[in-house]
Amino acid sequence: MTKLKGLKCRECGRRYPSSPVHICEFCFGPVEVDYDYDALKGVITRQSIAAGPPSIWRYRELLPIEGDVAVGHHVGFTPLIRSQNLAEELGVRELWIKNDSVCHPTWSFKDRVVAVAVTRAKEFGFDTIACASTGNLANSVAAHAAEARLKSYIFIPADLEQGKIVATLVYQPTLVAVEGTYDEVNRLCSEVSDKYRWAFVNINIRPYYSEGSKTYGYEILEQLGWRAPGHIVVPCAGGSLITKIWKAIREFASLGLIERPATRMYAAQAAGCGPIVTMVKNDTDVLTPVRPNTIAKSLAIGNPADGYYAYRVVKDSGGYGEHATDEEIVEGMLLLARTEGIFTETAGGVTVAVTKKLIETGVIPRDESIVICITGNGLKTPDVLYERLDTHVTIRPLLSAFDRALAELKSQARS
Amino acid sequence: MPVLVRIPTPLRAVTKGAGEVQAKGGTVADLIEDLERQYPGLRERLVEEGGDVRRFINIYVNEEDIRFLQGKKTSLKEGDQVSIVPAIAGG
Repeated sequence: MTKLKGLKCRECGRRYPSSPVHICEFCFGPVEVDYDYDALKGVITRQSIAAGPPSIWRYRELLPIEGDVAVGHHVGFTPLIRSQNLAEELGVRELWIKNDSVCHPTWSFKDRVVAVAVTRAKEFGFDTIACASTGNLANSVAAHAAEARLKSYIFIPADLEQGKIVATLVYQPTLVAVEGTYDEVNRLCSEVSDKYRWAFVNINIRPYYSEGSKTYGYEILEQLGWRAPGHIVVPCAGGSLITKIWKAIREFASLGLIERPATRMYAAQAAGCGPIVTMVKNDTDVLTPVRPNTIAKSLAIGNPADGYYAYRVVKDSGGYGEHATDEEIVEGMLLLARTEGIFTETAGGVTVAVTKKLIETGVIPRDESIVICITGNGLKTPDVLYERLDTHVTIRPLLSAFDRALAELKSQARS
Repeated sequence: MPVLVRIPTPLRAVTKGAGEVQAKGGTVADLIEDLERQYPGLRERLVEEGGDVRRFINIYVNEEDIRFLQGKKTSLKEGDQVSIVPAIAGG
């Protein structure tokens, strides 16, 4: 069972009962789930976790639900892949890829947070799930709401990639396309959530939702053989994932599940929307919002709510951050595909490109363990590649035609 | 010149339950002072001791975040709508 103690403001420490609230009534700081860690010591062991299901629910004692798992029984426990080819290409000794581009059921790490959020929303008695999304969250909320047989309202920026729109609509939610940026969608949803009694996973359910991201971190630690890596490169949008991976490391260390960690955390953002990395580079804890202009739409949050905390994690861990241009993002996607056979979305391209930069500039040493976070699937954002990729040959169905084409291709390759 | 101010749920205890209130001010800073006169205690919920808007609060004049305008010095005119919105997670 979960040792839930309630909610606690991250800023002023005020305590609240476990309820659908996301900010402190007094200081507006985000509230966070508080657990009874003393009661968990010795109860959660490597053996007890390993005996659990191959999903995020093997860590359920550290997740904020009280009853049975309602939806998303098969979410998580995605591959942690030891890279040979990309490691060689980047000139590093130990590189791992945590691959949530194959997370069940909607191919991004958002399934982790939504499975927790929808389960908790059902426990609170909501009949409608909602969210503001840059795409991946939309897919996942729509899918899990369908599984839970709940109504869903999904708010997205109207200019989202077609792939992400179709992969939301297929579950038949009510999809609201808003003419504006994600930040504007978010602001609208904040006001909608004040008016309608819905479970907005990223608003009033946020304290529970965001805890689901910890499982991405737990899996890295468990799959590495119960140890923390030297370096983790994390794509940042709202800034929550990087803080929750960091929390996962500290929780496992305090529960005695891993040795004392010395992990450095790195923030990866697009040059066209990189306010968190800008904080890191300028060494300031004041976030300056930006208007996003990048092909990495899933990371296009100009006013990230957890930006301050993401900055703190990077600084406290001794890590750093880097921006990737649109061109570098596409190169990153192609590099991962060419070397490892993994097709990630633009956000993954950001992570790969930033990792490459951080290694080349000597910020990440070549002889220590590195984990890169691939959090979404390339089939959702193929648009950015259309101009870059060509069919090599088109021929009639004749062997002689193929022979001629092959000779032509070989002579092109030589020249 | 009165402007409409939208009050988020966590602050409605201070505004006696009102989700929308009228207030006056030539700038956002003046507006906050007027809100404090009408609803004592509201100012400290919005700004820190040094006078900066709290880290997790966004203030919008019409559709624009005041950090894209002139911050607390952003001027207001009759008919403007001001929204106070807590920071929202997302993705």
